[in-house]
Parts: sequence; structure tokens; C-alpha cells
Amino acid sequence: MMSENKKKSVVLNNPVVNMFRNNIGIVVVLLIMCIIISITTDKFLTAANVVSVLRQISINTYIALGMTLIIILGHIDLSVGAIVAMSGTLTVGFIVNQGMPVPLAIILGILIGVLTGFVSGFIVSRFRVPAFIITMAMMNVANGVAYVYSGGQSTRITNEFFSAIGMGYLFKVIPLPVIYMVILIIVISFVLNKTKFGTYVYAIGGNRESARLSGVPIKKVEIIVFTLSGFLSAFAGLVLCSRMYSGQPSVGGGYELDAIAACVLGGTSMSGGKGRISGTVFGALVIGIISNGLNLIGISSYWQLIIKGLIIACAVLLDVQKGKLSNLKKKKATAE
Amino acid sequence: MGQTVLEMIGIKKSFSGIYALSGIDFRLEQGEVHALLGENGAGKSTLIKVLGGIYQPDEGTIKIRGKEVKINGVLAAQENGVGIIHQEIVLVPYLSVAQNLFLGREIKTKYGTVDKEEMNKRATEMIASLGVKIEADTLVENLTIAQQQMVEIVKAVSFNGNIIVMDEPTSSLSNEEVEQLFVIIEELKKKQVSMIYISHRMEELFRISDRVTVIRDGSYVGTRQTSETNPNELVAMMVGRDLKSFYTRDYCDLEKAPVALKVEGLTQKGVFENVGFEVHKGEILGFAGLVGAGRSEIMESIFGARKDVTGDVYLHGKKVRFKNPMEAIKAGIALVPEDRKKQGLVLGNSVSFNMTLSSLRFYMSGIAISEKKRKKVVSEYSSMLRLKAASPEVEAGSLSGGNQQKVVLGKWLATKPDVLILDEPTRGVDVNAKFEIYTVINELAKQGIAIVMVSSELPEIINMCDNVCVVRGGKLVGKLSRDELTQEEIMKYAAGGID
Repeated sequence: MMSENKKKSVVLNNPVVNMFRNNIGIVVVLLIMCIIISITTDKFLTAANVVSVLRQISINTYIALGMTLIIILGHIDLSVGAIVAMSGTLTVGFIVNQGMPVPLAIILGILIGVLTGFVSGFIVSRFRVPAFIITMAMMNVANGVAYVYSGGQSTRITNEFFSAIGMGYLFKVIPLPVIYMVILIIVISFVLNKTKFGTYVYAIGGNRESARLSGVPIKKVEIIVFTLSGFLSAFAGLVLCSRMYSGQPSVGGGYELDAIAACVLGGTSMSGGKGRISGTVFGALVIGIISNGLNLIGISSYWQLIIKGLIIACAVLLDVQKGKLSNLKKKKATAE
Repeated sequence: MGQTVLEMIGIKKSFSGIYALSGIDFRLEQGEVHALLGENGAGKSTLIKVLGGIYQPDEGTIKIRGKEVKINGVLAAQENGVGIIHQEIVLVPYLSVAQNLFLGREIKTKYGTVDKEEMNKRATEMIASLGVKIEADTLVENLTIAQQQMVEIVKAVSFNGNIIVMDEPTSSLSNEEVEQLFVIIEELKKKQVSMIYISHRMEELFRISDRVTVIRDGSYVGTRQTSETNPNELVAMMVGRDLKSFYTRDYCDLEKAPVALKVEGLTQKGVFENVGFEVHKGEILGFAGLVGAGRSEIMESIFGARKDVTGDVYLHGKKVRFKNPMEAIKAGIALVPEDRKKQGLVLGNSVSFNMTLSSLRFYMSGIAISEKKRKKVVSEYSSMLRLKAASPEVEAGSLSGGNQQKVVLGKWLATKPDVLILDEPTRGVDVNAKFEIYTVINELAKQGIAIVMVSSELPEIINMCDNVCVVRGGKLVGKLSRDELTQEEIMKYAAGGID
């Protein structure tokens, strides 16, 4: 009996097991999807396709990581897609039109995204403007900047170093964007779970007043999180442009919604205070596999929209049910 | 006394196996004001909710005018003439008084539209019949809290309410407004309306009630004629043990103890002014006064949590000015806030998370938080405070009020303060936890921590404090030392009449 309990507790404390347990709803959805798709088509479970899926989800994942922090904080950032477009377009433009050295253009492009995030964060924390509104305004500004600068045209880029950022491979197998994704996941998980800063993010989202009286520097944390979101979006823009060999001002639309969807699918609470990076990553995976699988099966992209929407709705419903179930169990346990 | 209008016999109610009411008897007579007294968590609200049809009792019967009734909903309560004035006001702020009074039973014209004129006329009559002065067509949001409460009372009476329950009606009223409320209660009494009056304020009970029933831990303790009892007897009934052993305090000689915190001329325009006091190491300085007198605001200012405050604060003789709570915490001040749910805890996060939130800087190894150090601190304070939680990882929100308060206390003790400010440290806490919290506070004072304790519970102020400041209307109106402390003396200052 004792040893059994011990075994059980060892299993329960295993971080990998915990990760799946915590995200059980989304993991089940993911498995069901994978099973259905791999029955329908044998192209799904091939090494090449798995790598391709990972590369496809990487850009959404960068953005969703930042979005997770924003939502845990109790806010929302609608400007991420526009920052993707703006930073990407400007970076490519700086290289092609202004003849800037590539590294300088990249740094400038990312700085512009960082600055946009900083401005949102500053206004949200300083003036208590709802993030929904101010980031919507920033979305318009950033989209506008991208269009004004480019005149609405896409700019082709042939620089080898620049294309290597998005198209390169590590050891000739793993695409670089996937490597970035893994690094970012590790770093941000660490920050959120192991540092003072991460603890403060949860505290502010969970109870702002309590956090304030506990000595949490609310404004600083808010500004840093929005700035981080700006950085991650700009980085996503950079990788995206590199993969497309061009800067396109129209490319960012929809990324904010995909990022929010990934967070929500992963169990991040829209009212703040709750969320996990692992959940968001699973969420991004589900969204990526939906498109990939439906493409492989040969379903038209119009139908894909409908199916994607329905799957997201079902996954969220399942998650809510799971919450109710565990509540019930808790009640039973206390009753006993 | 008149005839019995309401009888509740053997009422039992349990939630997930735990009895909130374990067989309560309660009897209300016609035209009387019957005070219901008990600690927080004693079961007063549950009993009232059973009467109001919000909860269904597991066992027991309710008789109204001798007839057994089943109150299975709010509507059924209304039909039986039971009206409940809740602590939180539930009027619609953007509708007029008349619209609120007739909400859901609007008077119609013959075209089927709402007859505003008729409603205003009838509302005016209803209001006037209780001797209240409120215009029927003003928007509720423009009324004071007291006026809104009066509208609630008018509404309850208008449903043919002859049993009216008031749940802590004076908790957010000024003295003057309390007087107005008492006039209305007298008016209702004349109309033979029976009232159940819930309040913690002894002096009010003795002024307004005819009888008092005390309940404790979900059981009936006893009923007394108000004129034949005294506050001490009632408190002893509520607490269920001898008061002397309930409070633990080892007084020490403060003459030699250095001053830890000194405040001079602390002012925030319109909130409090010219507040000055000092606390020695090992002293417990009480802050008494009515709710809304500005005590919490003063404490928050010292803690750096309020803006636009003038005046000087000295910590260990050195002048300090905290721009935010973080600076105050680092300097060694801790504030256990008044409202643990809104200000003290992040309810959705774990006990361990909450307990270490203010002192994370002690557990860092590099840039990461050391879980080992964190665990050690959590277990240290959990055992010191006798925290009852299944594990440090359970959500703080799932704990009982007393245990939640212990988590908040632990959180602030973990910051290793020299000055500990406690704002209502035992509000909403069960008797046992209260006793344990007093023991800890005494222990801390013995260790030389300077303690400032804001409390509205006079027995706790009287039995725990060395000195007491009384605050009224944002001003320090009295300073009493231990030998001068009596309920009457404190209330004299707190309620006014002396300058």
C-alpha cells in the first residue's frame, strides 16, 4: 500500500506527466484529431509532414506565447498581427529600398515592434485604458505604417542571409523556426514559472488590488509584458518575411485571433490569473494540425474555416466540462 | 407580548456534509424587534436564507401565524409576508424610486403601457406612510446608501411584508442615518410589523431590540429579554467560553521599549487629517472607531498605498516616505488588509503562492525562485498559525474564512516585519481561529514587533491593546490607555458628543 502510494506520487510529480494531466482536455482533442486524420490519409504521420506542421505552427506559437502572458495578466493584445506585418515589411524595405545592412535592418524592425508594445503597455498601465481599445488603436496604426511605407505593394528580397533565418535548417533536418520556437517556449516557461516576474504576472491577473498591496510593481510588469508581446510579434514578422522571400503589408491579418485561440484552447482564462505555456503550445498544435490535416485530406480552404471554428468551439466546451467535473469531484471529496 | 407570527423549529441545513445549522429554534412575536446575534459563521445568514426561500432546509418546519408553510423560493417568501433587506442593496441604480418599487408588477394604463403617473403617486404614498422623505421620481443612484435602504424597506412592506429581516442594516450608515433608520423601525413597530434585526453592534441592539436570540456554530444558545441582559452576558453566549481565557495577552513594560513607528500630521484632504501617534516595540496599539471613520485609509497611507498624503512618518526614528507598498515592505512594514478576499489573497492561486507573494525576494537563487526555500517558509508559518489546509498547493479560495485569514497573516509575517499593521484581523473568522490568531498576535508582540490593530470589535480592542486611538470622521478624537478601556468610554469618543 505504502509503496503503491509512493509510486503514485512519483508519477504525479513527474513534470511531463503533469503537463499532460493539466491539459487533458486539449490533449484528448489532439489525439482524436491525429487518429482521424491518419486513418484518412497516410501522408499525415510522415517525418516530413510532422516537421512541416511544426514549422507551420512556429510563427503562431511565438505570438501566442506573448499573448498567454498578456491574457494571464487580464488583458488582451489585438495589435500582434499588425506588428507582424509592420515589422516584417519595414525590415525588408530597409534592406531592399534603403540599402541598410541586414543585421541593422533586423534590429530596427524588431525595435519598432518592441516600441509599439511598449506604448500599448505604458498607456494601459499608466492611464488604465482597456487594453482591448488601445491595442486595437495600435493595430490600426501599425497596419497603416506598413501600408504607407510599402504603398500596399509587396517587396521581394533575395538576400541569402535574410532568407536563411526562416528557411535554414539545423543539422539539415530541423527547420530553424522550430528551433527558435523550442528556445522561446523554454525561456518563457522558465520566466513564467520560476521567476519573481512570472509569479507577479499571475498575481496581478488573479487579484490586482491584492497584488498592489503585496508590493507587486504592477505598472512595470504590465509594461514589460506588452513590450515582450511586441518583441515576439516583430520576431514572428521577421521569420515570416524571410520564409516568404518578401515583405507583405497584408500578411498579419488574423494572427491575433489564432494566437488568442491557441491560448483559450490551452485553458488560459480570459478573465486573467490562470494559464499555462504548455496549454498554449498544445493549442497552437491543434490549430496547426487542423489546417494541415484538412489540407492533406483535400478539403477546400473555405470549408476549413467552418471546421476549424467548430473544432475550437468543441475543444473549449470540453475544457469547461472538465472544470465542472473536477469541481464535482472536489465537492464529493470534501463531503466524504 | 403579542402573538407568535413566526416559528422556526429544528431547522437543519448542511452543505457538503458539514452542518451550517444543526437544529435551530427561533420564535418571532408580533410587533417586536428581535435581534439575532452570533459570530460570523454562526449560521445567521444561513438561517435568514432559509427563511427567505433561498435555501431549503434539510429538516425542520417553518410556521407562519401557526400555519405550517413551505418557503421554496423568493416568491413564496414574499407571499408569506417575509421581506428581507440584504446587506448589499439590490435596487436598480438607473431606475427611479417608483420604478424600483413597482419592478415586476408595474401599473399599466388601459393601452398596456406603463402608467408612470399612477406609479409615482402610489409610490409617494407608500414612502410617506413610513415617514420617510424621498422623492418618488429620483433615480436610485442619486440616493445615499441610507435612503436606498429605506426604499428597500418601503418595498418590503409594500409586499404586505409583516415579517421584515434586516441583515446588518447599519454597517454602512453614518450615525445620523442610523438614527433615521431607528425612527423607521419604531414606525414599523407601531404598525405591528415584526422585525428580525441582525447586527454586531451591541449598543444598537440594546437601543432598538425587544429580545435577543444568540446562536453559535449553527445551534441555538438562548433567548433573552434585552432589558434583562447585558453585553457581557451576550458576548459570553456568543463565544461560548469564558472571555478571560479567550484573549491571550502578556503585557510588557513599554517605558523602556523604543518607538518603532511614529506618525505626525498625516493628512489626506477630505479623508483624514492631522493624524499623529507612536507605537513602541512590543506594543499593540488599537484603532477603534466606526466603519468609514478613515482608519483603513490612514493605515494604507502609512503603507505607501495611497497618493496625495502629507505628513511625516518615522520608522525607528528615521524619517521615511514610501511611494508604494513595495518600499514599505522592504523597510519592514506589513499591512494585513481589511478585506482578505479583495485585498489580501489571490483566491484562485495556491496557499503557497499567496503566502510567499510578498517575500519572494528572500527565496531567490539567482533569477529563479528556489522551491525548497519557499516550501520551508510555507511549512514554518503554516504550523505556527495552525493552518488547516490539505496541502500548500490547494487554492486559497477553497479554505474557510479563518484559514484564509491565517494565510494572509502568514504572508505578511514572511516579510519579517518590524511593524505589523492589522486591519480587522478577525473579521469573518470562526471562534477557534480567532483564539489562535489572538495567541499569535500576543506572541508577535512578545517578540518585539510593534503592532497596530484596527478593529471594530470592541472586546478585542479592550482585551488585546496597550493603548487605543479612537478615530471619528477622519480625526483622532481620543487616546485611551489600557486602564481606561471600556466599551462605553470608546463608544463615547467613536460616536461623538465629546470633543
